[in-house]
Amino acid sequence: MIAELKKSIIIGFCLLFSANSFATLTIDITQGVEGALPIAIVPFAWTGKEQLPEDVTSIIRSDLQRSGRFAPIPDEDLISRPHDGKQVNFTDWRALNVDNLVIGKVELLKNNEYRIQFQLFDVIKATQLTGYSIKTSKKGLRRTAHRVSDIIYEALMGVRGAFDTRIAYVTVRKLRNEQKIYNLAIADADGANEKIIFKSVQPVLSPTWSPDGRHIAYVAYSRGRPELYLQNIHTRRTKRISSYQGLNNAPAWSPNGKYLALTLSKDGNSEIYILDIEANKLSRVTKNYAIDTEPTWLPNGRGLIFTSDRGGGPQLYRVAIRGRKVNGQVTRLTYKGSYNARASVSPDGKKVAMVHRADGQFHIAVMDLPTEHFTILTESGLDESPSFAPNGSMVIYATAYNDRGILAAVSVDGRTKQRLSFKDGDVREPAWSPFKTK
Amino acid sequence: MRRQFNLLLILGFVLILSGCGATQTKEDDKTPVTAEGVEAGTEGEAINEGAGMALSLDDPTSPLSQRVIYFEFDSSTIQSEYQDVLAAHASYLADNPDTSIVLEGHADERGSREYNIALGERRAQGVQQLLTLQGVTEKQIQVISFGEERPVAMGHDESAWSLNRRVEILYSGQ
Repeated sequence: MIAELKKSIIIGFCLLFSANSFATLTIDITQGVEGALPIAIVPFAWTGKEQLPEDVTSIIRSDLQRSGRFAPIPDEDLISRPHDGKQVNFTDWRALNVDNLVIGKVELLKNNEYRIQFQLFDVIKATQLTGYSIKTSKKGLRRTAHRVSDIIYEALMGVRGAFDTRIAYVTVRKLRNEQKIYNLAIADADGANEKIIFKSVQPVLSPTWSPDGRHIAYVAYSRGRPELYLQNIHTRRTKRISSYQGLNNAPAWSPNGKYLALTLSKDGNSEIYILDIEANKLSRVTKNYAIDTEPTWLPNGRGLIFTSDRGGGPQLYRVAIRGRKVNGQVTRLTYKGSYNARASVSPDGKKVAMVHRADGQFHIAVMDLPTEHFTILTESGLDESPSFAPNGSMVIYATAYNDRGILAAVSVDGRTKQRLSFKDGDVREPAWSPFKTK
Repeated sequence: MRRQFNLLLILGFVLILSGCGATQTKEDDKTPVTAEGVEAGTEGEAINEGAGMALSLDDPTSPLSQRVIYFEFDSSTIQSEYQDVLAAHASYLADNPDTSIVLEGHADERGSREYNIALGERRAQGVQQLLTLQGVTEKQIQVISFGEERPVAMGHDESAWSLNRRVEILYSGQ
């Protein structure tokens, strides 16, 4: 029963997705949660004459499906098509074995604006859980649909949704003459609206988002060696911000938006520094003959976790920071196995995702900081670059599948898994954006 | 080094010729031999030196033709099998202070991308250190790491990975 349900989810999903011509990225759920919440989503009524520019209902349905926590009822099984609370007969819906029902409508307003109205019901209790009426421009239709998904998700899961977010990533394509093209791109978390913000024939890597979501810092080998760049993704204005001799790598934006932690080797070997972006001032964090790299901030801005092989092989270490200065000793964080690297900290500061080697295979693992509980989340063996969703529910990462580089996402409890693959080329280096600030 | 060679050449000629014509005077033996020896020696050296720069770097039988150093997994230790090759490069560079190289550091695809860039750099820095200890000046060497970004072998097994864990010695203009 559940296997059939999962199968129909995947098929249904692909059909829905092919209707969306924007996406170069396709998302397949490879493992759904058993006991995913059955939910009825009735196609929103549309009162306009022309075709609705965005299929709002299918965006919401795809979002909820993609979280792995919901099992939307197929359209053909819907017993009726209400779009107003008064039209709902709860007894009928109870017979379908759904706990929740979503109905709504989209209207075209006089000034070329749209209004999306929706209501979420608890079918058993016959009560409305939440409902909103949101005005938006044509351009904002997709975003508003994602916001509706977020509201529904939070109402039922008790956790903020992460559907109205974006991802940054790097794609690599090989031309016929064997030359590679690297594209740094950003897209909505469902893969729509891909925008290429930087193109190069030389390697590009390590994108990191500013906390306000307006800038991305990244490493590019445009001049033949690694240098750090900072781009305003709206104005496209780009600045080279670190070009020391040796490495200018592994940037990580501080939660207060003022600093970039980064890796430089100008003083002999790879060490971690903090750059005050405005003032262009550097402070040094590590002083060790070992490799120190891949810094990432604690969400309160009061510490860094980084990769160091000072203990013989790569492991994660932590150091307290105040402002941009070191405020304590470096202490070791990971002891499981001989290789732990590339930390990503959850937004509540309680979990650290990392690349962990076990039996020669590289997996994504999560360590719970308070309990030190350690879980390996993936079965694939060439995983890298984990990045937490801003609601802490999922980790996106890069991996290999059928000899291609793809992205994948796994829920923090390991129960939900997805594959995100591109039409052509390899994709890698994902970075999940912060929540959007209004 | 060169003077010793000259002397040996001269000595060699002297010994050979003194073995042949016992009736010839020493003066006769010496002067032409010495002149020849010295001239031959100098000419030979001059020829080798002028064309030697192009010859040695392009000579497939010379140790200078080996431009790639390979590494064990997770390691930046230079294996002893490369000592001679690196000594040859060091010697060449020390003799040609206007020649510079780029040392490109690389790693195989496994593990973390940024850590691999630092690992590639450490491998190249190891080679750099070995060269500078043997008389190469700092300004003749530039170190650039590509981590796992520029593999030469595309497979996902040890036969590919072992080819990608490397430092490449790139001569300018080559």
